[in-house]
Amino acid sequence: MSLQVSELRVHYRTLRGDVRALDGMSFELKDGEILGLVGESGCGKSTLGKSLIRMDGRMRHVGGRVVLDGRELPISDDRAMNEVRFKEVSLIPQYAMSALNPTRKIRKMVGELLRSRGAEPDTAELERRMDQVGLPREVLDRYPIELSGGMKQRMVMVISTLLDPSLLIADEVTSALDVSTQKAVARALLGFRESGYVRSMIFVTHDIALTHHIADTIMVMYAGRLAEKAPADVIVKAPRHPYTKLLLDALPEVGVRYAERRLEGIAGSPPSLLNPPAGCRFRDRCPVAGDECAEDPPVVALAPDHHVACWKA
Amino acid sequence: MLKLDDVTKEFRIGAFGGRSVTAVKNVSFEVVPGEVVSLIGESGSGKSTIGRMILGLNPATSGSITFDGRPARPGKEYYRHVQGIFQDPFSSFNPVFKADRVFAMIKEAYYPAVPEPEWARRVAACLSDVRLNPGQVLGKYPHQLSGGQLQRLLIARALLLDIKLLVADEITSMLDASTRIDVLNLLAELKARGLGVLYITHDLSLGNYLAERTVVLRRGSVVEMGLTEKVFGEPLHPYTRELLSAVPRLHESWDDAEPVDTCLYHERGAEGGLLEAEPGHLVACARLGACPPVRP
Repeated sequence: MSLQVSELRVHYRTLRGDVRALDGMSFELKDGEILGLVGESGCGKSTLGKSLIRMDGRMRHVGGRVVLDGRELPISDDRAMNEVRFKEVSLIPQYAMSALNPTRKIRKMVGELLRSRGAEPDTAELERRMDQVGLPREVLDRYPIELSGGMKQRMVMVISTLLDPSLLIADEVTSALDVSTQKAVARALLGFRESGYVRSMIFVTHDIALTHHIADTIMVMYAGRLAEKAPADVIVKAPRHPYTKLLLDALPEVGVRYAERRLEGIAGSPPSLLNPPAGCRFRDRCPVAGDECAEDPPVVALAPDHHVACWKA
Repeated sequence: MLKLDDVTKEFRIGAFGGRSVTAVKNVSFEVVPGEVVSLIGESGSGKSTIGRMILGLNPATSGSITFDGRPARPGKEYYRHVQGIFQDPFSSFNPVFKADRVFAMIKEAYYPAVPEPEWARRVAACLSDVRLNPGQVLGKYPHQLSGGQLQRLLIARALLLDIKLLVADEITSMLDASTRIDVLNLLAELKARGLGVLYITHDLSLGNYLAERTVVLRRGSVVEMGLTEKVFGEPLHPYTRELLSAVPRLHESWDDAEPVDTCLYHERGAEGGLLEAEPGHLVACARLGACPPVRP
């Protein structure tokens, strides 16, 4: 068992009170598993990714535990996390374009980074990994500004995984890329797992179609809570939560004629997390909501690896 | 209605404008009333530059853009008929003012003589056309509204004018999957009322959903254009095939898709511009007809 998250609660402090971005998330991630994390903006998916590696000043760890490889991560203690960060848990940030120091050549930057973690730079290994993602070796002697967006993204991927972390968090890594670059980057991530550079991965995105290609398991979040978690094929072919169903119905696809049929969006918007209403948070937008939805739906296992939080599922 | 003829745009770059880069090269196409044309390309393909030239925000270096038979000249009369909406709804509004000030600005500029009650009626009508509840959006600041609401406010603002052509530059890329479709359906409805829409996007599935005709751009030139079902269903240019094969699909994995052969003539294109594969389906391919059409 590689990662266990139980009842994790993380709030953002604001002048008007606490925003409950994560309100009791529990899930498990097996060794070698890629978990796709999808949801609308503001559902807490990036917050979850961030809480596992570095909380920023506005975030407050309210409750819950995170256990990685049998050891509890001190996620609320920024200093104590230094020891695991980059070695055990690593992150590919959303805007890799701005994650590289613009005043250093790549080679120097990688060297400084590794030495700061007490590791010696291994040029041969670095070059081997660059070959694997299709980056030419000259890149090492260039400044970040001389690379294209896709190259920077792949360079950051190589750097973040240099110390073979157990868990990699990829936060919207392909959102800013074109379709063909997106495919190359996604493939490279899969290659990282096969080569053993990372053991398991959380792939945060809003693109369900893309997640389906990469992830073994997909977890759908809604308003700070888990809505549904199941193997990727099950989520796409036989979703049980009404939110997952509507989300898939709102997805236009290439190669399908839409002359007669129109897709439907989901009316309404998610509740404010400042003072979220009691009960199921999708209730107001849900077509099948009933009286029991005024109470919090428990997360139920429909099958050993299919979890749904819905009274009607 | 809108016609681009051999439009080219060069940008001067470097410290003293010593070098130039060609962003758009010999592009010609047309948008007729009641039609959505999607302009598809990757970053840097010149799709937004074309939109900005049509809106008169950048002048074209050569070639002509005509609207209803007259050269498109930015000015009050032109903007009465042609309006644009851009990607980021939050930077389209001035955060200091209430969002509905965009309506008051239209009234000041174009309809100063319309009495206040009549204007309020028109605003309400346009808001209901874009499925917004006036009570929820009027009198609010931009940060109090969602991205989808702001984009729809901008569409409503355009509808207050005598609009014939809407240039929609990536208007749904900042929106969530659940609200994005509503904005697209709204464009489809406006199209049925005779509005021409130029829908600029990098997302092939959205272009496929909405558009009658598709123009595929690469490095500033058109590589393929025609009816959407032809361009997406029987793509002829290797670049179009490559793009289509890279799109993630729900019910098919990347490995199942037929591999796309790299084409030796890929970089060369067709000398002398676009060739007509069949009526209305134009391709820039030097080996047109020599390769069999492949389903993506």
